[in-house]
Amino acid sequence: MTSEMVAAVPTPPGAGIFSTSGTSAGVATAPGELGIPRQDGPPPVSHAADPRHFLGLEGLTRPTLLTLLADAAREREWLKHGEPNRRDLAGVTVVLAFIEDSTRTRTSFEIAAQRLGANTVVFASGASSLNKGETLLDTVRLFEAMGAALVVVRHPSSGAPAWLARQLESIGVLNAGDGMHEHPTQGLLDLLTLQDAWQGRFEGRRLAIVGDISHSRVARSAIAGLTTLGCRVTVCGPGTLVPADVEELGCEVSDSLEDALAGADGVMALRLQRERMETGLLPAISEYARLWGLTPERVDLLAPEGVVLHPGPVNRGVEMAHEVADGPRSRILTQVANGVAVRCAVLRRCADAIRRPHGFTAALAAAAASTSTSASTSGAAGGREGSR
Amino acid sequence: MSFEKTALMLFRDVTHWRTGERFTLAVQDGVVVPAPARPGPGARVFEARGAVVAPGLVDVHVHLREPGQSAKETIDSGTRAAAAGGFTSIACMPNTDPVVDTPAWVEWVQRHGEAAGHCHVLPIAAVTVGQRGEQLAPLEALARAGAVAFSDDGRPVTSAAMMRRALEYARPTGRPIICHEEDPTLKGDGVMNEGFTATRLGLRGIPAAAESVMCRRDSDLAELTGGRVHFAHLSASASFDALRDAKRRGLRVTGETCPHYWVLTDEAVGDYDTHAKMNPPLRSDHDREACIAAIADGTIDCFATDHAPHTADEKAKPFTDAPFGIVGLETALGLTLTHLVGAGHVTLARAIELWTDAPRRVFGLPPVSVEAGSRADLVLFDPQAEWTVDPERFQSKGRNTPFAGWRLRGRVLATLLGGRFTHVADAARFERPAVPAGAAR
Repeated sequence: MTSEMVAAVPTPPGAGIFSTSGTSAGVATAPGELGIPRQDGPPPVSHAADPRHFLGLEGLTRPTLLTLLADAAREREWLKHGEPNRRDLAGVTVVLAFIEDSTRTRTSFEIAAQRLGANTVVFASGASSLNKGETLLDTVRLFEAMGAALVVVRHPSSGAPAWLARQLESIGVLNAGDGMHEHPTQGLLDLLTLQDAWQGRFEGRRLAIVGDISHSRVARSAIAGLTTLGCRVTVCGPGTLVPADVEELGCEVSDSLEDALAGADGVMALRLQRERMETGLLPAISEYARLWGLTPERVDLLAPEGVVLHPGPVNRGVEMAHEVADGPRSRILTQVANGVAVRCAVLRRCADAIRRPHGFTAALAAAAASTSTSASTSGAAGGREGSR
Repeated sequence: MSFEKTALMLFRDVTHWRTGERFTLAVQDGVVVPAPARPGPGARVFEARGAVVAPGLVDVHVHLREPGQSAKETIDSGTRAAAAGGFTSIACMPNTDPVVDTPAWVEWVQRHGEAAGHCHVLPIAAVTVGQRGEQLAPLEALARAGAVAFSDDGRPVTSAAMMRRALEYARPTGRPIICHEEDPTLKGDGVMNEGFTATRLGLRGIPAAAESVMCRRDSDLAELTGGRVHFAHLSASASFDALRDAKRRGLRVTGETCPHYWVLTDEAVGDYDTHAKMNPPLRSDHDREACIAAIADGTIDCFATDHAPHTADEKAKPFTDAPFGIVGLETALGLTLTHLVGAGHVTLARAIELWTDAPRRVFGLPPVSVEAGSRADLVLFDPQAEWTVDPERFQSKGRNTPFAGWRLRGRVLATLLGGRFTHVADAARFERPAVPAGAAR
């Protein structure tokens, strides 16, 4: 085996290289005393609290959510009257980076931005031609260099918008749906729809969410927003489509659709992707429809004023029957209408934070600068150890 | 084995890693020698009070990335990192580009390791050609060329029939098959442990059973074939149980685990931190506790780091796109002393054994001790010294560690390979006024 070895560090002859500071070999340390990252500086920057970005409903406080809903309700009133475009976002360039197809969400954001007077640039690309994060980053940096203030991102990778927000200096990032993580503007429009249906009161209400919870960013945003506002959430669906430990998100889990619906103040049916059959998570669409589809009889289990939501587009006869989708409990079209209002409110919030880099944002930037110098690796802002 | 002539070196007042005795360690011509009562002129004397001396650490699971991926790590930088971490022998995985699946590549790795000279490099060769799981690699010739074990690490041997044939064919070589235990169908597109954090972040999960079902399969194949199975980087509670059961059945099955599995849980992923992305993934607190229990009760045969360097660019991607793996060589001892010994789970002697004698036994490596007559592959460390992990100061090219900024207790003071220093920590800080040569006190 090896024989010739080279000394990597020459030592001066006769030099005593070891300190005499140590004591003995016995180590007695109280558990937890060591190993935790040094916390000399401010706590890690929470992107949830940075108003320049809109990355998810998780982490947003109740007052923030209620303010956004109030803003959205005002925008809705204004939009109703068909007045000319405003100038709130005049001079602001909004890039719509859709690395995954979504005509509805993109159009909704585009209308919202234009109604507020922003310039919009659409950058749409299929996942096949642009699926590597760094390419997206390079592209968004170009837009940043050209003076774009906001970028709306739809991306197939969970966490991609948060990652982008960490990499960019001056541009605000809005999440328009990331993988299976969050779709926070959808979540907010669901909240607005329910707030109207429930006479403004979330406490004491309960919403059932039915279907493919595992793959649903809509469900995650709804759970985060509703539980923060004091509403109970029951999720239910086939065992293959309910993710592990989902109850730790603060919701209840039911194996029975009937139990979940009984007395609930609303139900949100999630869209079922055909792909779930192909990957062996479900045996057949017909079986799903039979077990989990919303029929008129089933929705009658809801409380008398209970409403029906769906993020669209509806697979009629699968997630719900015709009569339910078009029935008196359905708020599906209201949801779509609320989408533009919600996106107006969110775009304004982020644009205001970008244009007024004082107060909170400036403090945050200073905190980010000091943490990035004390923590030695890039991207340290997320909080390194277990605590989140 | 031959060593260069080296002058007599005396390390005064060191503590024996196993017995706790204070003694003077003497090294000359590459071996440990009895300490002379009156050292002659020319002897170098080191005041080493507080330092523990132990055989050099052994890491049986390192990715040196060469040939082919020198942007991540080179044999030179990886073995420098090993020396800095107190290691004198490391076994390196064959999932390079090209895969180490021929005797020529085994010799190439060995030759480059020797040329670098920072530690012994023990190549592990692939089980199947190209690690594709289709055709057996020439295991006998690979062993003859110097492969200490076989592994398709990085990917599992999916076919049970192929694993059976490999165990049968490798049996006469006496070399273990190191199994990266993972059922690819259960893993699917998973990127982190299945559980609450994955659910919260909307990331696809890898269930613990993806690992444990393969441990069960390969235990049964060890029984069928009489072959030598070694489980790599065990992470899951059920896998520790599988190893425990295999031993109870008297099978020739051994297993290793890594520091991150006894220190961290999947909560470390936090806000999509790719530095907490490795395969197998960080698991639940229940698994972490089971890992410590398996270490404490002797189920775990040895430790390893699964040192897996990547470039900063690769790790600076969205979580799903970033590669699996963290570096480990330069934090292994500190994490062991702080979070196993310091936390009271095992004694210092037992913890060090799991990095030294234990892996030597598992892999049939020649014994090394701190007693006279042994070759002087040694580590001296201060078990009390506190330090802060600073990836920028790593010898490894990889900076991908979840432990940046952590305070650890226990640091390497010096590493000797064949009686020569391969690493000296903070020479300036420990430097004492020079004592005239031979002036023993």
